[in-house]
Amino acid sequence: MNHALAMLIPERLVRLSTVDLAIIAIYFFVVICIGFYLKRFAQSGEDFFLAGREMTAWVAGLSFLSANLGSLELLGWAGSSYQYGILAAHWYWIGAIPAMLFLGIVMMPFYYISRTHSVPGYLQLRYGKATSGLSAVSFGFMTILMSGVNMFAMAKVMQVVLGWNIHFSIWVSSLTVGIYVASGGLFSAIFNEVLQFFLIWFGALLIPILGLIEAGGWNGLVARIQHNFPGQNFTHAWSTLGRFEDNPMGMHWTGIVFGLGAVISMGYWTTDFLVVQRVLSARNLRSAKLAPIIGSFFKMAVPLIVILPGLIGLAVLPEKLVPESALQPGQHSYNDVLPLMLARYCGPGLMGLGVTALVAGFMAGMAGNVSAFATVWTYDIYRPYIRKTATDQHYVSMGRWCTIIGLFISIGTAYLAMGFASIMDYVQALFSFFIAPLFGTVLLGMLWKRATPLGGFLGLLAGTLTAIGIFVSMKIDHDLVAVFALSPLAKGLAQDMYQALWSCLVCVLVTVGVSLATTPKPAVELTGLVYGVTPIPKEENVPLLHKPIFWAGVALALFVILQVIFW
Amino acid sequence: MSEKHHIIPVWFFVGLLLLTYGALILASGIAEWQNPPPTVLANLHAPVWWGSLMVVLGGAYINAFRPRRTL
Repeated sequence: MNHALAMLIPERLVRLSTVDLAIIAIYFFVVICIGFYLKRFAQSGEDFFLAGREMTAWVAGLSFLSANLGSLELLGWAGSSYQYGILAAHWYWIGAIPAMLFLGIVMMPFYYISRTHSVPGYLQLRYGKATSGLSAVSFGFMTILMSGVNMFAMAKVMQVVLGWNIHFSIWVSSLTVGIYVASGGLFSAIFNEVLQFFLIWFGALLIPILGLIEAGGWNGLVARIQHNFPGQNFTHAWSTLGRFEDNPMGMHWTGIVFGLGAVISMGYWTTDFLVVQRVLSARNLRSAKLAPIIGSFFKMAVPLIVILPGLIGLAVLPEKLVPESALQPGQHSYNDVLPLMLARYCGPGLMGLGVTALVAGFMAGMAGNVSAFATVWTYDIYRPYIRKTATDQHYVSMGRWCTIIGLFISIGTAYLAMGFASIMDYVQALFSFFIAPLFGTVLLGMLWKRATPLGGFLGLLAGTLTAIGIFVSMKIDHDLVAVFALSPLAKGLAQDMYQALWSCLVCVLVTVGVSLATTPKPAVELTGLVYGVTPIPKEENVPLLHKPIFWAGVALALFVILQVIFW
Repeated sequence: MSEKHHIIPVWFFVGLLLLTYGALILASGIAEWQNPPPTVLANLHAPVWWGSLMVVLGGAYINAFRPRRTL
């Protein structure tokens, strides 16, 4: 929704009572207290940037999941499920589960054994400074930009939903995040992400429970949707993906399987340092492998609190929601579906809990961005390029300052986004430019010992430029959508899938081609970094129920069962 | 959670928050029992049973993970 339209809407979606405000105030008080409490434990670099590498599998796993479970995600995907139906669940199932299991079983040993502090840190060990620098600069730049854009989005949602002043929301949330992350580093970020996980579930789970009671169970829900939207299929995940024109997303199954499942989700869940940093904080290799597997079980369940409310909205809301571009005064957009459902079922107290869950989600997202930025800036840009030799204390101090400075830059970006509403869409797209090719670079680096430093660098650069080139050319000439996304009917999300697929393919082809023409690193330099020359520690002699591979198998079986049920 | 640092487990803070919020929501649900808010299915008194669930879970977490004195 653009700024002008936001100002046109006179009615706030929900009103808060005294008990609701008390619940929100308690949350702010608790997170600041936790930040001050944890400050004493974040004294060394490993403590501040990697939470001392002593998190259990459960804490690392919930934090890993929560770093991605922000409020924009909740509001946006609930809106998408109102718009596209259960197709939106693919972003939680095939768009996450295989990648999370792959990270846990295949990639985590290399990240963990190399003792790297970040993904660019791994790239430096594997390919050298050029590839690491390119990755670090693009990640740092985009992360801080994303943080600001998310901050503005939060303030705008709070303005529309609660009627709060936009500047108040930006400054109060930023200062709170600044205090607790600068104090406790990754300890604070992880603690708050775990709190946020519980808040989101307790704040949102009542909506599907009460919604299903109102709609008459799943069968009643489907019948009501078919009655309200005759001729449209909102409740099947795969059966409408045979042709672009058969589903509201303009999507084909190849885009979902290869673009989303094989490239975008693999890239995000295995190479985006924002989420990988949480797993690196695990206390041993088994915990690090288990963490994403534990996260995968909860990820499979997230559609209960995100996708189902959108479907319930299709079934029970008396009004029809519209796209933000077509919003008129008095109407509500797709993205308002979750607040609308919250207002429909939740009175005083429960409403405060729901709003606190949204605020917590926004703040945890901001904390995740600034803590990851502080790590990459300090270890992958400042240390190798600006000050190579300094004490550990100096780098911790740099991390604290970097957190504060990063937040102020984010606030600046938030005000920039306020002036240019469309910047939000572009920043989101820009971020994806770096993720898809980065997956190709990291994967080849881990699995193919012949990959050379020059191959890795040129592959990453070529993949990134390909993604940018395809994005720009489709914007300039819409006829090219049919070329790159295989159909003129492909809409935004479908275009993103194919754009990611091509950029990853180009990255892999260039990396392989250049590597075959250049001299590889000697095998001895690749020990601990590449499959085949790295002795992977044998699984501890633990019972079957404690083995990561067993739980990965269970998660995979559940994932397949869900696809069959909602086929 | 932490052996090296002896940090109070995050689960204790989770319990504290669930107990506090559960108590507030339960109290709010009891207060509005005779005069429920104009929400759909208000007759089910969701704040009462949801708040109770949070109180029980919060209490269990606090009991299991409370900081203990060690010699």
